[in-house]
Amino acid sequence: MIIPILKIGDVLIVTLQSELTDREVEELSHDILDKINKVGAEGVIIDITALKVVDSFMARSLNSIASAATLLGSEVVVVGIQPAVALTLVELGLRVSWGVKTALNLEKGLEILKKERA
Amino acid sequence: MDEQMIEVKNDTDIIRVRRIVREMAVEIGFGELDQTRIITAISELTRNIIVHASSGKVLIKEVQKTGKRGIEITCADEGPGIVDIELALKDGYTTSGGLGIGMTGARRLMDEFKVESVVGSGTTVIVKKWMK
Ligand SMILES: Nc1ncnc2c1ncn2[C@@H]1O[C@H](COP(=O)(O)OP(=O)(O)OP(=O)(O)O)[C@@H](O)[C@H]1O
Ligand SMILES: [Mg+2]
Repeated sequence: MIIPILKIGDVLIVTLQSELTDREVEELSHDILDKINKVGAEGVIIDITALKVVDSFMARSLNSIASAATLLGSEVVVVGIQPAVALTLVELGLRVSWGVKTALNLEKGLEILKKERA
Repeated sequence: MDEQMIEVKNDTDIIRVRRIVREMAVEIGFGELDQTRIITAISELTRNIIVHASSGKVLIKEVQKTGKRGIEITCADEGPGIVDIELALKDGYTTSGGLGIGMTGARRLMDEFKVESVVGSGTTVIVKKWMK
């Protein structure tokens, strides 16, 4: 599966459309970091509106992408976490280990990135 | 479709198990939140089979109790087993560099949770969720 990474201005937008296997998540992580580096992206929005399930592996992967992006000098915002997914992640026990910026939707995610750079 | 057995050995099987569990949870009548809880729990337990035991089986079935409908999922493997179950059930305990929340998290997300493990011969985790 190829997940398109769109570039709009200085920002990359990645929209996850369906459930990914662990290997696809790892490939995607690498592709995003590669593209940040290549195009000098200052921010990345990962839109997970379509994901009905986020388990600890996916959550850990989003954390890793965000941390690695920070090392490259770029900022990641995850947008569109569904209410049932959010509650399930809290019950799963994620609170201690989640360090990624989030926003309700794409628009609000872009606003956050804009503010950070102002 | 009230019982299904799935052999699991790689990451594509995790997606397959999730899909079948979702179908059965929908058929039994679970709402969106419980579906998400059940699928997330099963995703964790199936990944544990693959990561810690390399392969195993997942059995999904509909169950009944005093007029209540529910789902029961058994994750069984013939891997190395768990030396100290109590320790493995602690938040943050991991032998694989994970977050160590898979098993405890699955226990919190389901209504019933039982682990049986024998070192050297394997692990079986049985979980249940009942309709409210
Ligand atoms: N099926 C299994 N066979 C053998 N050991 C297991 C099995 N399932 C869990 N364990 C042991 O229990 C520990 C805790 O499991 P748990 O799922 O909570 O964490 P993890 O798999 O290490 O990390 P995470 O699930 O957060 O990515 C594991 O590190 C492993 O040592
Ligand atoms: Mg685990």
